[in-house]
Amino acid sequence: MNRNEVNAEVLSLEKRRNLKRNTLPALTMAGPVTFWMMVFVLLPLVYVIVISFMKRDAFGGIEYDFTVANYLEILQPVYLKVIWKSMKLAFLTTAICILIGYPLAYYIARKPSKVAAKLLMLVMIPFWTNTLVRLYSINLIGQPNGFLSNFLMNIGIIAKPLDILYSDGIVVVGLLISMLPFAILPLYASIEKLDKAYLEASSDLGAKPAVTFCRITIPLTFPGIVASIILVFIPSLGMYYVPEALGGGKVMLIGSLIRNQFLVTKNWPFGASLSILLVLITLVMLWLYTRIARLDDMEVF
Amino acid sequence: MDGHAEYIVSLVDVDKFFGSNHVIRKFNLNVRQGEFLTLLGPSGCGKTTILRMIAGFEDSTSGMIKVQGERVEDKEAFERDVNTVFQSYALFPHMTVFDNIAYGLSVKKVPKSEIRERVKEMLELVQLMGFEGRKPDMMSGGQKQRVAIARALINRPKVLLLDEPLGALDLKLRKQMQIELKRLQKKLNITFVYVTHDQEEAMTMSDRIAVLNGGVLEQLDTPDQVYKFPKTKFVADFIGESNLFDGTLEVISDETARVAGDAGEMMIECCPVEPGEELTVCVRPEVMKYSKTPVDGFTLSGIIKNMIFVGSQYRTLIVMDNGYEVKVNRVKPDKDVKEGDRVFLYWDLDDAVAICDRK
Repeated sequence: MNRNEVNAEVLSLEKRRNLKRNTLPALTMAGPVTFWMMVFVLLPLVYVIVISFMKRDAFGGIEYDFTVANYLEILQPVYLKVIWKSMKLAFLTTAICILIGYPLAYYIARKPSKVAAKLLMLVMIPFWTNTLVRLYSINLIGQPNGFLSNFLMNIGIIAKPLDILYSDGIVVVGLLISMLPFAILPLYASIEKLDKAYLEASSDLGAKPAVTFCRITIPLTFPGIVASIILVFIPSLGMYYVPEALGGGKVMLIGSLIRNQFLVTKNWPFGASLSILLVLITLVMLWLYTRIARLDDMEVF
Repeated sequence: MDGHAEYIVSLVDVDKFFGSNHVIRKFNLNVRQGEFLTLLGPSGCGKTTILRMIAGFEDSTSGMIKVQGERVEDKEAFERDVNTVFQSYALFPHMTVFDNIAYGLSVKKVPKSEIRERVKEMLELVQLMGFEGRKPDMMSGGQKQRVAIARALINRPKVLLLDEPLGALDLKLRKQMQIELKRLQKKLNITFVYVTHDQEEAMTMSDRIAVLNGGVLEQLDTPDQVYKFPKTKFVADFIGESNLFDGTLEVISDETARVAGDAGEMMIECCPVEPGEELTVCVRPEVMKYSKTPVDGFTLSGIIKNMIFVGSQYRTLIVMDNGYEVKVNRVKPDKDVKEGDRVFLYWDLDDAVAICDRK
């Protein structure tokens, strides 16, 4: 055998080994999920992208004729307002989630692990009860002649029945209740990982607790904060059953708008373009997240 | 009580419980201004807890802790004029070397120009010029160690507390850092309270060593006194190697005393023990002697189990009739005896130390 033959032999041996050691196990392990994702995520997404560039026909179907009109329609003030409001409420929800989730996560993370597990369970239990039931019970509590209103009137705090149902406020409450666990869990994970020695070192060097919190605790748990923001903000933005149950028809958010396009007004192409907009917002957020995570050279999940 | 101005750190009757666990017992310690004092003991002896109580990370259950004559039990760590070098270094991972070292000054709102000046000074002190912009995870263990020291020293503390700072380094680097730490301490004239379980490290660097066991201070003395005159059996056993013989003091003459042990009789120099009291005789392996014939006043004997070369010296193990193994170290091999021979043990009287800590 000359050298080339030997090389070829080695190469093919390498190939066969590679196939045996790497390719086959990879296929069996990652194959089913890959297949699933292709068929049920990628294909529908491609389909949504395609119809977002199509026209709606007279009967609520799709006319396969390329147009960017759906995207231009988003720019109409009435829709921009809906998008703006959705972002505003999602932002508010996210901010409150972090503000009340962080202290709680901190508290839980500083407990012994057995206690922490139980407390986390308490956080999770409401999450396992049916969301609609929880939302409609809030709806009932918030009714003008409901329990809360009557109670406040009876003890004389308010004179007129409460008018909180179908307001932005109660929608944010609903979003908060649905989203809080998503905020707490990544926060907990990053705070729990924080080595106490850093806090001691900071204190040792003369930093008061508030300074330590701002300069050590927050930066070192920042990836957890960003993860919480993403996990809360993105679903809040597209959430449609919360404004549906608590906002009535009055609080129109982007999720409800999309739902209406598909189910009520039968304008699938416009609904699709709105969906793509949501996906794009999500991608921008994730891109920002990876930027931040890389800048800090830290991982979070 | 405040008359001891020369003591920069004082612990008076300090007790510490973790739950029902009594980890520090009636602990008294006075650290002198400018000295290198080592807390030495096996793991779990409470040495780190004492350091953490001085730093303010741990509350004492009772007793008094003073720094520069001032009681600090109620002060938080950030209010105390002591700084700590942590075992894990605890360098802030999100900050550069510069920001890590500058931290102590920047939280005190020292002007930027002064911070820059002093960080530069510190970097020169620990020989890390040019590393300002690095993040800690881009540095070796030895370099991180230097950063940790610089960060703790920049506040110009009265006392520097070091919690096994060299534990994570390899042997060669550790030896190098030992010398460097000692150099720093002398140069800056700062009091060091150093925690280690490594007795060689303690011997090399310390002015005084406090030997701890089970939350109790066994002995506080200079390294050579601790080695030459251990006060308790624990110290004799923990510091270096010892052959220990229990016995009762019998006849006492002007110069010498006889001790009767269950293994036989032996002689020691006169010591401040009443006849009839129990004591332990400690003899280091390098001064232990043996011969094939009995020596006056000694009736200890045993069989040579083996003679091995352990690198720097020859080690002979002699098993006594009660099963106790006596260690003898020699620079040159002994050709007169062989394994299995019966030999008689003795020593020069001034080589033996009497320990009476049996309560």
